[in-house]
Formats: sequence, C-alpha cells, structure tokens
Amino acid sequence: MNTQVLDGGFADPAPQAARAFRAVMEAMARPGTIHCLSGATPPAPLSVAAAVAILTLCDTDTPVYLAGDMDTPDVRAWIAFHTGAPFSGPATCAFALGRWDDLAPLSAYPIGSADYPDRSATLIVAVDALENSSQNLQGPGIQNTARLSLPEIPAFQANHAHFPCGLDFLFTCDDRIAGLPRSTEVS
Amino acid sequence: MNETTADISARKAWMGLMAKAPAARVGALLDGACARPDFKWLRPPEVGSVMVRGRAGGTGAPFNLGEMTVTRCALRLASGEVGHAYIQGRSKADAEAAALIDALMQTGQAATLQTAVLDVLAADRAALTKVRAEKAAATKVDFFTMVRGED
Repeated sequence: MNTQVLDGGFADPAPQAARAFRAVMEAMARPGTIHCLSGATPPAPLSVAAAVAILTLCDTDTPVYLAGDMDTPDVRAWIAFHTGAPFSGPATCAFALGRWDDLAPLSAYPIGSADYPDRSATLIVAVDALENSSQNLQGPGIQNTARLSLPEIPAFQANHAHFPCGLDFLFTCDDRIAGLPRSTEVS
Repeated sequence: MNETTADISARKAWMGLMAKAPAARVGALLDGACARPDFKWLRPPEVGSVMVRGRAGGTGAPFNLGEMTVTRCALRLASGEVGHAYIQGRSKADAEAAALIDALMQTGQAATLQTAVLDVLAADRAALTKVRAEKAAATKVDFFTMVRGED
C-alpha cells in the first residue's frame, strides 16, 4: 500500500471540523451562497472542499458511494483511514461523490420516505466552475432570489417535486462549496 | 505492504501488549532501547471511548459490557513505515511511544525492540498474572465430605 496517501487529514480535528461544519451548514441553509473550506490536502482527484466536507460529515454510519473517476484506490484508502466510512453502491449510500455526469441517474439514490425523509442521500458534486450566475433559486433561506451556476435545471425541478423527500446537493470546486437543498425551487 | 496471516497475528500480539501496558512503561523502555526517530503525524493522538463487548460468563452471546477510554494515533517515520496505536487510558505520550514501536517493528530494528521492549512487557504481564493467580489460589476452599450418612 502506498502510505503517502494517508497524509492530509485535519491537523487539529475538533476546531477545524467545527469550522467546516459551520460553513457547510451555512451553505445548506442559504442556498446560492458560496463558502470556502480548508484544512485538508486529499489525494487527486478529490477537491479540498469535497474532502473537508467528507471529513466533517462522514463516519462509520454513513456509506459513501464514489462515482466514476472518483473511485480510485487512493481516495478509498484516504476516506477509510480518516473517516472509517464504508463504501457502497448508489442505492444504499448516505453520501455520493463524483462529477455530475458520473452521478446520473438521480433515480438510483435513496430519497427517504414520507415517515423518514432524512433517510436520503446527499450528493457532493464536483463542478469545474462555481459562480453566482445562471440559474435562479427561490425558497427557504433565500430572501428574494439567488443565483448559482448549476449543471442543469430539470433534474433539480424533479427533485424539488418530491419534497419533503428528495436529494440534497453540495457543489464543490477547489476550496469552494455551495449547497442546494431539496426545498429550493430552481428556474 | 502485503502482509501474510503470520505477520498480522504477530503485529496483533505486540499492539495488544502495548495497549495493556502500564502508564509510561512503553515510553521508558523505548528510550532505553534506541533514540526516537523523526516522524510525521497522520492522525494526532486523540482520546475517545470504545464499547467493549464480551461473553461475561465465558459462554453465550456477546453483549455490551461497558465503555472504556482509549487513545489512538497514527504516524509515519521518515523512512516511510506507518505505525498505529490504540492504547487503554488517556495518555497521549504512551500512544505516541506505542505507535513509534509499531512502526519501528517493521524496520531493521525489530529484533532489538523485540528483546528490549516487547519481551520485557510480556514478562511484566506474565508476572502480574502469576501474582494474581497465586493470590486467588491461596483463598481457594476445597469442600469434601467426611461422612455421607447414607447407611
């Protein structure tokens, strides 16, 4: 095993994880806002923001699905060492990690049930650009409208139609992260 | 690192010995055996608790006996070997020493450390077990029947 890949976790886990959690929570609570995450140096192709989100949110109870190019031995070893999270397919995962095209179709992920809408997956999507432009967002956490560059529109409208069930999304690009919960209307 | 079953059971044995060693003993033995090498933290020492499961009577289904405090850490030597430690108690210095020995046991210093540290720890442990067994044996009561009164 290449032991170099185990480098790059939090140096001071408690405060760094607390700060990262706050940033991820703000990103989810105010869709369309972009936040910076730092503190981890993951193996490629994992971005800093995606890696910090994984370190903060995942543990042994949250199966992780690695889609497409993300599924490398280095990424698996790094996530297993730092979080202990098991790996699974899309149907049983709590978090999925990958590029938008690799994560499709969205029907493969659990969206929760009427009794337990929280038993749904959160998709951590790696995007090439993350800007406050293009698509309009409306809904809880947004005063009037917000804008965010999304890979497409119909998938998020279909996901919003399932509310209170549905998937939540975190978009990551380098060290920046933005959230799109199921409650947000995209147009 | 492609470990065989024998390697893994040997590593289990020395990690188990250090996990159960008394406070500060592992560090003192390590300093007595060799100079501490340079290393880099992969996971700085952190204190937590683990659930201990066991068969209380020695038989039956395992159940949760209770939680115990555990300190763990992981480090990598400058030469590339990775050492892990999970030890009982909350001593971060002990965890560091145990992880260093775990890493050094994968290098050319394994034989030195085996005699200077691990064999000493094993002897300590055996002596402790013997003292406790003798103390228990001294209070043993043998019941025997003089007359059964069956006539």
